[in-house]
Amino acid sequence: MTFLAAIGASVLSLLAGIGRVAIYALQALSHVFRPPFYGREFATALLNIGWLSLPVVGLTAIFTGGALALQIYAGGARFNAEAVVPQIVAIGMVRELGPVLVGLMIAARVTSSIAAEIATMKVTEQIDALVTLSTHPMKYLAVPRVLAGLITVPLLVGIGDVIGIFGGYAVGIGTLGFNPANYIKNTVDFLEPFDIISSLIKGAVFGFLATMMGCYFGVNSGRGAQGVGRATKSSVEAAAVLILAANFLLTGVFFSI
Amino acid sequence: MITLDNVHKSFGSNHVLRGVNLHVPRGSSMVIIGGSGTGKSVALKCVLGLVTPDSGQITVDGKPNDKGDRDAFLARFGMLFQGAALFDSLHVWENVAFRLLRGTLKRPRAEAREIAIEKLRRVGLKPDVADRFPAELSGGMQKRVGLARAIAADPEIIFFDEPTTGLDPIMSGVINDLIREIVVEMGATAMTITHDMSSVRAIADSVAMLHDGVIQWTGPVAEMDASGDPYLRQFITGSADGPIEAVR
Ligand SMILES: Nc1ncnc2c1ncn2[C@@H]1O[C@H](COP(=O)(O)OP(=O)(O)O)[C@@H](O)[C@H]1O
Ligand SMILES: [Mg+2]
Repeated sequence: MTFLAAIGASVLSLLAGIGRVAIYALQALSHVFRPPFYGREFATALLNIGWLSLPVVGLTAIFTGGALALQIYAGGARFNAEAVVPQIVAIGMVRELGPVLVGLMIAARVTSSIAAEIATMKVTEQIDALVTLSTHPMKYLAVPRVLAGLITVPLLVGIGDVIGIFGGYAVGIGTLGFNPANYIKNTVDFLEPFDIISSLIKGAVFGFLATMMGCYFGVNSGRGAQGVGRATKSSVEAAAVLILAANFLLTGVFFSI
Repeated sequence: MITLDNVHKSFGSNHVLRGVNLHVPRGSSMVIIGGSGTGKSVALKCVLGLVTPDSGQITVDGKPNDKGDRDAFLARFGMLFQGAALFDSLHVWENVAFRLLRGTLKRPRAEAREIAIEKLRRVGLKPDVADRFPAELSGGMQKRVGLARAIAADPEIIFFDEPTTGLDPIMSGVINDLIREIVVEMGATAMTITHDMSSVRAIADSVAMLHDGVIQWTGPVAEMDASGDPYLRQFITGSADGPIEAVR
């Protein structure tokens, strides 16, 4: 009985948590369209979340694309289908691995830094100070970051897709003996516009989730250094799990028909 | 102008404020003293609405502090936090001029910067501090930047949470004079928390002592020494013997 009660209690607290996050997210979205707008903070967020994430996104994508080409070649060789490497690399990167791996790297890089920064501000009374200076913390801290995530992560995913395909191409040409012109032609002919659109939509959703989790756990941080540590850890966990769950749902919606 | 009426606040089982009654008239300087951890900072945060009391009422100019236009309410206040609470991603001058760089008081950056440098000078900091980051300053310098930020927009009501803690005696004197000047010349209403009895004598019109969640004694600073209140006497003399336990 106590066992059941414990399960019930944790389910209830999970539901309450989801409710709080949803309310926070709706509030943040409602603030996006109401002035004042903080241009300087938005520009900084674009730089930190978008531009400075490029190296890690590029490296993740190129190694993944390369490894994917090797695996598909080896797997395909078992039933004489080595030739499908360009097509499968393209579809695997664009529909699935590009968005998911970029999303997870953003959770590691951006969610953690947003959560740690905002939690430290909370712990050192900087959020209270913002309020006394007539500045809404959600508008000043959350909105610029979430908006920047919503805009830049799809772009990062697009770039990651291209670099990933290039990684496959480089391996295909360099070690697997594909013809360069054919490889590119096969890739381009095979991909459909909706593959790319779905990739970018996933990117936008993942960017929103990653930045939102950073802000939410940051402002709700506990006290002291331990509070900051816990907020950061929880934010990355939540962002990663939500990204993977959202990916499953979106894939179902986009491609099950 | 500021009235706290039977204010209660607990954090879990920690009953911090247990019925605080206090009145601060317009244009006067009230100093709150009391042992550390007695809830002085919490009391100020209750007035600003950063902490919501469990019960009781707080009014400013007769209006409850949790009703009406919150932006207009906060625009009248300046607050120096106990830990300075400077924004570490912004330069010192951008911290001081924070209010002047956005919102209703927004003005050109060059002008805001000049005002910031002038306010820094008033708290005894040289102009070259303006372009540094808060993390590059000592604790006492950060405190003074926080003070400059609190007074930057010339607020009507100013709260100082331990303004002289961590400063040398000369700098404490400068800050005490500044607070006195703000009240006398600008007609501001001030509430200051301090542990430093020489500060109390320098800046207070009246004094309130918080102990065990209530105002133990309050009155004009001139009556403080002859109050006959054993708690207050122990606090003034700094003795370990008396009704206030040394282990809390
Ligand atoms: N946000 C908070 N959550 C939990 N406890 C708090 C919080 N803020 C203050 N306290 C507790 O309230 C008490 C009074 O704190 P404070 O007002 O900072 O004391 P002081 O009189 O030294 O300024 C302390 O015991 C502190 O631990
Ligand atoms: Mg305090």
